[in-house]
Amino acid sequence: MTYLTKPKLHHPSLQPNQLGFTRRDYEGAISTLCAGCGHDSISAALIQACYQLDLPPHRIAKLSGIGCSSKTPTYFLGASHGFNSVHGRMPSVLTGANLANRDLIYLGVSGDGDSASIGLGQFAHLMRRGVNMLYIVENNGVYGLTKGQFSATSDCGSKSKKGVANTDEAIDMAAMALQLGATFVARSFSGDKTQLVPLIEAALSHRGTAFIDCISPCVAFNNHMGSTKSFDYVREHNEAVNFLDVITPRAEITTEYSEGAVQEVTQHDGSILRLRKLAGDYDVNDRIAAMRFLAEHAAEGEIVTGLLYVDPDAEDMHLHIKTVPTPLKDLNETALCPGSAALHKLNASLR
Amino acid sequence: MDDGARVTLTDVNDPNYFHKVVDCQWACPAHTPGPEYIRLIADGRYSDAYMINWKSNVFPGILGRTCDRPCEPACRRGRVEKEPVAICRLKRVAADYKDDIRDRLPGKGPSNGKRVALVGAGPASLTVARDLLPLGYEVVIYDGDNRAGGMIRSQIPKFRLPESVIDEEVNYILDMGAVTRLGQRVDSMEELLKENYDAIFVGCGAPRGRDLDVPGRQEAAANIHIGIDWLSSVSFGHITKIGKRVIVLGGGNTAMDCCRSSRRLGGESVTVVVRSGFEEMKASPWEKEDAMHEDIPILNYHVPKRVEHDNGKLKGMWFEKVKVELDEKGRRNLVPTGEPDVLIECDDVLVAIGQENAFPWIERDAGIDFDRWGLPIIGEKTLQASLPNVFFGGDAAFGPKNIIWAVAHGHDAAISIDKYCQSLDVADRPPPLFNLVSQKMGIHEWSYDNEVSNDLRYRVPLREKALALKDIKMEVELGFDPVLAFQEAERCLNCDIETVFAPKLCIECDACVDICPVDCITFTAPGDEEDLRTRLMAPAPNLTQDLYISDGLKTGRYMVKDEDVCLHCGMCAERCPTGAWDMQKFFLEMAHADAGHACHR
Repeated sequence: MTYLTKPKLHHPSLQPNQLGFTRRDYEGAISTLCAGCGHDSISAALIQACYQLDLPPHRIAKLSGIGCSSKTPTYFLGASHGFNSVHGRMPSVLTGANLANRDLIYLGVSGDGDSASIGLGQFAHLMRRGVNMLYIVENNGVYGLTKGQFSATSDCGSKSKKGVANTDEAIDMAAMALQLGATFVARSFSGDKTQLVPLIEAALSHRGTAFIDCISPCVAFNNHMGSTKSFDYVREHNEAVNFLDVITPRAEITTEYSEGAVQEVTQHDGSILRLRKLAGDYDVNDRIAAMRFLAEHAAEGEIVTGLLYVDPDAEDMHLHIKTVPTPLKDLNETALCPGSAALHKLNASLR
Repeated sequence: MDDGARVTLTDVNDPNYFHKVVDCQWACPAHTPGPEYIRLIADGRYSDAYMINWKSNVFPGILGRTCDRPCEPACRRGRVEKEPVAICRLKRVAADYKDDIRDRLPGKGPSNGKRVALVGAGPASLTVARDLLPLGYEVVIYDGDNRAGGMIRSQIPKFRLPESVIDEEVNYILDMGAVTRLGQRVDSMEELLKENYDAIFVGCGAPRGRDLDVPGRQEAAANIHIGIDWLSSVSFGHITKIGKRVIVLGGGNTAMDCCRSSRRLGGESVTVVVRSGFEEMKASPWEKEDAMHEDIPILNYHVPKRVEHDNGKLKGMWFEKVKVELDEKGRRNLVPTGEPDVLIECDDVLVAIGQENAFPWIERDAGIDFDRWGLPIIGEKTLQASLPNVFFGGDAAFGPKNIIWAVAHGHDAAISIDKYCQSLDVADRPPPLFNLVSQKMGIHEWSYDNEVSNDLRYRVPLREKALALKDIKMEVELGFDPVLAFQEAERCLNCDIETVFAPKLCIECDACVDICPVDCITFTAPGDEEDLRTRLMAPAPNLTQDLYISDGLKTGRYMVKDEDVCLHCGMCAERCPTGAWDMQKFFLEMAHADAGHACHR
């Protein structure tokens, strides 16, 4: 960690994107997390993805709960909206924000404590509702802020820094997200940005709830021998099912692949997800198969990463509840509060 | 990994690797440790900063005003921002604000019975004297002028370099116990050889100014002067005025000194005329700026054709207008534009179109070989002539260069002379001394100020123009005051605080990659340098800057750091959880003849 801000000077070849912003313009305040924290790499990946997608920073809202992970929104997208909510309550605050202003791009940042313990109920119901957002869990399997107790995502048998083995079963958040109805589910690793950045780009362009379970080693309390969330362990047991290229609607398609090796998914915004298959015949559109694949490989001690499932035709909460296209916050008082005559009329229609 | 890939790995034990990263020091002929003295200036330790300079370049006060500054175009700051650090003018700050440092200078060592003659009392000879006196040599300096300093005294105008600064720094050396034979021009090498010196050093400069050969030149000779001779006459007070309208021919630094001197001696309309383009002029950009600041126009693409005179009375000069045309081989040629010739009326012409070496006093049968351009044939590093007890340095060695090169030659020649007099192998050159020490003081605390300043280059305050042009001896530049000096010093990126990587400690967490403000670190699959340069975080097209390539990582990848625009901010090391990155100060001192002897005092 450092007390100094990152120097303003940058590489002379730093390029602006379509909006005229450089990657550096998407940065936030300097991180106060421990040196080497995986979360900082995820912040860097989010910065890279937003820059590459030409997202206007002032149209993004980043919401979080409590924990190391939930501190990170301060460290990226300094020009975006932010809300640091109560522990485990990011999903309901974000849902509320999304209902009030459907035009923003919503980014929920949470951790394994915030989402798999205190906020598990909130997490589950958000996945069900199809709130249009990217929900990213920075999963280090440990309570870092309280000095290294096992979290709910710690694998059974994984050892603490003091050498004590965990006896509780782990919650697999990606498997839960699949089961609960998320329409975009991926898992990645903070130490592999070539995989993580395209996944974030794809998730941000997905309509509906996109969930990324990102394993993020805690260098202070969970990066030792015996841990199943250490850099070394994740690198050794990483089973990537595919490699993703995101082709935005504007971009030209240049690379050619042999048939069968590639699966293409076109999302509602016209972006094409081009998946180079790494694990046999893995089909990203088959939710049931994905759940089985995850369970089988988890039993073998493998960590399945990549884009696990996507429903390109996903719908979102606003479609389900039939809200007007105009964000509620832009409706005036007469539209929002049509008066007692309108209420009587409504009541009468229900009698 | 194949052999082709292996050879590109960086060897940080090779002193050249980290030396090259310190761009200013690498570019300096004397290899002055720039960042080290700049930090001392920021710390207010002017005397210490001065001594670092004095050891390395002998004339900090003089060079801090007049150096050609090869360090500044090399400065890394110029690659990440608009302008380099004002390294040269910071050197002057050390000289201006130091205390009396005379008790820190070495004295003459106990006599070793050897006698060395130095021909010319310029910077090269004085450097030889400085290095040899502490070793106990009897050093005898000859010069045709009555005062020591050579071209520093005779050719650099006093409004750029006050006499007092020359006296001070020249006397530091003479006071060490040099024997001076001033006012005694050496007219014969054979006679000098007969005096049985153990070695002779020739540092007589490049004393002949090139003349112009156009019709009318001889007829109007009374008002056409050779630039360096004229400057010398001005310097010694033999010339105190010039006509109102002056033409200066030539585009080098001598021409700039001529035109600015003319402005102070009565020249009201002074014009510099050069053959080729403004950009191609040899003068340093800042010297051109200084001239233009004094209302001196620079007319380019004008070739002198003939002198207009009335029975020997100079009236003006005719010029042919030319333009650049590239021939089929891409070479630049100046061809006439076809426009009518231009007459520029004038009262005096100063010819500053180059300098040549001349050794009329060295008999061609004295045993010293010369090449067909009239330059002595000498060893590139040893500076030893074909007559083994004779050595050359400064402008006399390889033709006109500058003061800092003369100093570098002086150091090298002193090593050669010392070896020669001890009957050691002159070709066996002592290596530089260097060390590399961690600067870590705490988790985020370093022994240097690693916060990068965003300030743009500070201008050196100047004396008011109307005042400056009144007196040829009044120094134009006022120099940085301590506050400006501190702010300018803070712009230095501390390139000598090196990023040193220990792959065994690295856990490949990417923290350094993420934090680096200039995207210079990449972890990637092995490859050779050419291939690696194409797949880094940021493009690395600057082939003059090395890649720091390290293997030994668990994943088998390479750590590749492009040294080009690294800010040496230490963020990578602060963010590193395992200490795989460390900031280590690289300090390199060139070997000098007196190194190791000075500490006996």
